[in-house]
Amino acid sequence: MISLERLLEDPVRFSRLRRASYASLALVLAAEILLPLVFGADHAHFRFERFPGWGSLYGFASCVAIIVVSKWIGKAWLMRREDYYDD
Amino acid sequence: MTLGWIHPGLVLVLGAWALPLLRGRIKRAAMVLLPVAALILCLTSSPGTHGVVRVLGQELVLGRVDATSQVFAIVFALMACIGMVFALHVEDDSRHIAALTYAGSALGVTFAGDLLTLYVFWELMAVASTLLVWQRREPSAVAAGFRYLLVHVVGGLALLAGIVLHGSQTGSFAFGDMGASSGGLAWGLILGAFLLNAAVPPLGAWLPDAYAEATVTGAVFMTAFTTKSAVYALIRAFAGTELLVWLGAVMAVYGVVYAVLENDARRLLAYHIISQVGYMVCGVGIGTELAINGATAHAFAHILYKALLFMGAGAVLHVTGLRKLSEMGGLYRTMPRTLGLYMVGAFAISAVPLFSGFVSKSMVVSAAGETHRAAIFLMLTLASAGTFLHTGLKLPYYMFFGKPSGGRPEPRGAEPPGNMLAAMALAALACVVIGVFPGLLYRQLPNPVDYVPYTLEHVTSTLGLLSFTALGFFLLLRHLDPVPTISLDTDWFYRRGAALFMRRVQRPLARFESGMVGELSELVVRRPVLGVARILRRLDEAVDFAIVGAGRSTLSLSRVLKTTASGHAQHYGLFMAAGILVLVVLAILAR
Repeated sequence: MISLERLLEDPVRFSRLRRASYASLALVLAAEILLPLVFGADHAHFRFERFPGWGSLYGFASCVAIIVVSKWIGKAWLMRREDYYDD
Repeated sequence: MTLGWIHPGLVLVLGAWALPLLRGRIKRAAMVLLPVAALILCLTSSPGTHGVVRVLGQELVLGRVDATSQVFAIVFALMACIGMVFALHVEDDSRHIAALTYAGSALGVTFAGDLLTLYVFWELMAVASTLLVWQRREPSAVAAGFRYLLVHVVGGLALLAGIVLHGSQTGSFAFGDMGASSGGLAWGLILGAFLLNAAVPPLGAWLPDAYAEATVTGAVFMTAFTTKSAVYALIRAFAGTELLVWLGAVMAVYGVVYAVLENDARRLLAYHIISQVGYMVCGVGIGTELAINGATAHAFAHILYKALLFMGAGAVLHVTGLRKLSEMGGLYRTMPRTLGLYMVGAFAISAVPLFSGFVSKSMVVSAAGETHRAAIFLMLTLASAGTFLHTGLKLPYYMFFGKPSGGRPEPRGAEPPGNMLAAMALAALACVVIGVFPGLLYRQLPNPVDYVPYTLEHVTSTLGLLSFTALGFFLLLRHLDPVPTISLDTDWFYRRGAALFMRRVQRPLARFESGMVGELSELVVRRPVLGVARILRRLDEAVDFAIVGAGRSTLSLSRVLKTTASGHAQHYGLFMAAGILVLVVLAILAR
């Protein structure tokens, strides 16, 4: 696992890793949009699933919504000091 | 009992008591061989009704073996094997006995053909799992164990009441579909008890409360049995109940929301049990062949990957003593094997293609699609993104890669004992095998399967969903930094609400006491008592007066007499002379 350590802690290698990650994101999005068009597969249950790049868009939107909404509920209502139940 | 069928659950429950008699290697061999024997018995059980006994005029069915019970029994027994390997280094026999009893009673629930047998094993499961919490022997664990027991006793009582009512209404204690008595009180009580064990909100707060406090090895067992045996019971009795569709979908999202706020590693994973069981409950509610298959397959896959995740967090807790994400970080350098095995579980729960969750979770989501439930479909897909966000990104990031908050030093880690790694490797292997060869699992499911998980669209859209969830995670990373807080859940009602309630009612209660109760006691007690006392006092005074009077007259008489007793002889002589004189005068005059 020395290689993992080097990959993460060497700035040059880390920026290379970051660039590769962005490239793979683009690749995944392109695959999701293009491959069904090329192979013409159609198993969608709902119309919104046919929107190009549906999975990627919904995944990103879900992730942002979950973080923002949960943090908001937590700060407004649910989160308490760790010793809340102790006294 | 019918010859030729041995109850695998009883093998564990009774066999566990042999462990304290054994020593060293033989004991460790027995710890693994017991669940292996149970697994072989589950695999080789022939379908049919076994183990019918008559007790007090009731026919009890200990062994109903069909496709549904068998697939659950197989994964329970398999889980017991993995859990015992994970616990091999533990020297405390009581933990092994509790764990094996717990696993055995889960098998008892699975094979139960009637509600009374179900009830007995249901309660045994609650007691044995409470021990797994208490055995950590810390004050917080003891308190959490008592809360856990309290909740499950309430659930057990509801179940018993429902069973008795159902039995007296229908004349049968058979454990089957309850649809015929839908909406009745017995139906509601039994459903409520099942939902409580499945940790459906608002009845599910016991789960993160107890699982995060249990022993490192005990928690691994707890993740498998209570909630999934409840899912099994729901499949048996409440398949196709519309309420469950919505409860399940809400539950899937609810667990995700709490996981954002959570700082304790095992509590975060516990909230994801709630989220994942949500898919199963939803599948049971949808009730189609595909949905029931999905719920069953997801339970099977979930038990293995969730145990793997708990073993990973447990290994970190075992080695570093840390449970809070805000104190962890940098462990990838010292615990790379743990990290690798944990990530297999994380990919499985996140439904990454080629891992087990991908072939099981999608069955439930597809069933929601096939029945044209768009809202449910969207909620479940959103929860999938949330699952990857927490279990696949947030938890490993802060546990293994990030830095502890507040400038704390990075914890010193080391790989856990070999048996822990071996157990994790077994579970990881199962996750990959199921993901790569889904047919092995599909063959065991209750209904025939014509579902194909690996379609082009499913793979590409899942990869898109997961990749862009990861993008969102890294963009919003600083908002996710764990903060040392706890989050309110419905356990507030019995942890804080009860005390607040008492404080609130204290003053009205005091007023009620001095007003209502005070008046009443004045009227009923004080006045009659005072009346009687007054009469008694007068009587006393009269007696006093008589005694004092008698005393006084005696005193004055004695004063008079005293004057006669002067002590001078001449006085006495004078008196005697006077007396004689008087007598002489009397004698003369009387003549």
